[in-house]
Amino acid sequence: MTTDTFAESGADLELVGIHKRFPGFTAIEELNLTIPAGSFFALLGPSGCGKTTTLRLVAGLEAPTAGRILVGGTDVTNQKSFQRPVNTVFQSYALFPHMTVLENVAFGLRRRKMADPLGKAHEVLRLVELDHLASRRPQQLSGGQQQRVALARAIVNRPALLLLDEPLGALDLKLRRQMQLELKTIQEDVGLTFLHVTHDQEEAMTMADTIAVMNKGRIEQMGAPQELYELPRTAFVANFLGQSNLFTGPVVNTTSAGVAVDVAGHKIVVPAARAHRTTGEITIGVRPEKLTLHSTKPTHDADVNVMGPGRVTDVSFSGVSTQYLVEVPGAGTLIVFAQNMTFGSDVKFGDEVWVSWGVGHGFGLDDDPADAPRFEADFDTRSIAAQRHLEGA
Amino acid sequence: MKHSISKWVLPAYGALALLILMIPIGYTFVYSFNDSLKSNITWRGFTFDKWLNVCNVQNGAVCEAFGNSIFIGVVATVLATTLGTMIAIAMVRYRFKFRSQLSLFLFLPMATPEVVLGAGLAAQFLSIGVPKDMLTIILAHTMFCISFVVVAVKARVASLDPALEEAGRDLYGSALQVFLRITFPLLLPGILAAALLSFALSFDDFIITNFNSGAVSTFPKYIWVSAARGIPAEANVLASAVFILALIVVVTVQVSGAARAKRLEKLHQAGVN
Repeated sequence: MTTDTFAESGADLELVGIHKRFPGFTAIEELNLTIPAGSFFALLGPSGCGKTTTLRLVAGLEAPTAGRILVGGTDVTNQKSFQRPVNTVFQSYALFPHMTVLENVAFGLRRRKMADPLGKAHEVLRLVELDHLASRRPQQLSGGQQQRVALARAIVNRPALLLLDEPLGALDLKLRRQMQLELKTIQEDVGLTFLHVTHDQEEAMTMADTIAVMNKGRIEQMGAPQELYELPRTAFVANFLGQSNLFTGPVVNTTSAGVAVDVAGHKIVVPAARAHRTTGEITIGVRPEKLTLHSTKPTHDADVNVMGPGRVTDVSFSGVSTQYLVEVPGAGTLIVFAQNMTFGSDVKFGDEVWVSWGVGHGFGLDDDPADAPRFEADFDTRSIAAQRHLEGA
Repeated sequence: MKHSISKWVLPAYGALALLILMIPIGYTFVYSFNDSLKSNITWRGFTFDKWLNVCNVQNGAVCEAFGNSIFIGVVATVLATTLGTMIAIAMVRYRFKFRSQLSLFLFLPMATPEVVLGAGLAAQFLSIGVPKDMLTIILAHTMFCISFVVVAVKARVASLDPALEEAGRDLYGSALQVFLRITFPLLLPGILAAALLSFALSFDDFIITNFNSGAVSTFPKYIWVSAARGIPAEANVLASAVFILALIVVVTVQVSGAARAKRLEKLHQAGVN
């Protein structure tokens, strides 16, 4: 892929068997990932999970210890950063303080000797509605404006792949929401492939077509936001992407329709199609907003799971909904989100309640809740030597 | 009562301290207008002659020494600033063997008494048979200036966000382009400050120069030698000229800096938001 032409459209990104070790620890362990062209892909995970390292590997700012990186089918693993058809929006924006906004945006075009760099820069500044500030210096702009300049500086080059490293992290909540929508609109307009790294699950769900949840250097689960939310595969995903009520117990009965689990004396049923494991000790869960509170014991219904009686230990009102914590002996504390449909609430602190949810809302996880850490810090000399060798190259 | 004393004691003390500091400078300036004969110690009347004919005394020895000092200062500054900047960037940006030891070695010339440094260098030049002339002075000055350049530029490099250089590479800049268009312009204030410091140190230096100059005369050396039989007023003229030049530079920088800050503030108020 040459860098002296504009990409017609986004290219797909393929990571094959990527490992990245730094002296003393492993940042990424066996990462395989394909991002289809033109998609808005979010890499979501807590800090230190390897998501920023992944981004830097793709940008060419770090070299992988093993594995290959392909952009649009071309192997770019050995290309330098400035040779790759990839641009980055940095977390700190990294705008050049000694240049005007216009010169910042034209920088990439000038380096590639594109025709009419200033005209193209003005055009993209109009797209982000900042053309009237083109002659300012970056430090004379507000945070949101700087963020838009950083975005303009990257997309003006029409990269096959645009990398976004938590670009909205420094903005306040309201501006962040607004920028999320703008970013999404721009991505649809220009049709580029966006790879967005974030630790904000709400941001990832709002913006991305596909989310990969990353933990300890590996991808835990990948899919559409709704799919990940409704059917998490691991306890990590269930808790990192929204909140979950998780229960562990032995499977007591399996039919083609459902898997019944004994949770502290309650028989809880999960649809067989939504359970990753169907024998032995398994972990099942349900989202807090799927639960209903009852002040009397509900009548038996095969399609409804009931837990109780329990006691309300906390009530917190948050406008749209109210969050209840219900302590059920043996099963632990359940979180319940209830929409505020009426004034006030009928359930108060200390009340005895039953909790119910439709069988169809439950899910069964794939992993063991008592999982050991995926990998320890490694001090073995071979991996350090491999890293040294790479840095020397 | 106590209040009124503290009100004038501190300002008076400050003014006195400044006055004492200014006396030698004032003396130098005033005596550059002295219609002196051989020695310039007693006031013999006012004249502009010394300013107008500064190079005509003693076959231009004052001017020759002054010119040598400028030449040595410029060459040593260019060498020390170039090398020092490269060392500073390497020390901040890269991890390499003996990095902390290097930092100690760079500190040593600053901590060592100049007499020791000058004598030591002179001995080395003698033992490898290098004749003492302009070259040995330049080498000696470059050597001790590097340390100061590294210290000044290192602080600037450390405050430079590495993401800026990464952004340059990401935006299709080769290593050289990133250095010329991003790293260098952003380090420039630090580099200029280091260069000014080097020049001042080199121009001023007497002790190390005296050990390593052979027959070559520099301005400080000329004054030292002529002090024995009376410093000619022409030396006062040159010294005053340097002082006035430095003063003009400092004032210009301060005034333009203040004007710039004011302009920025106005722009800011005019409507970022």
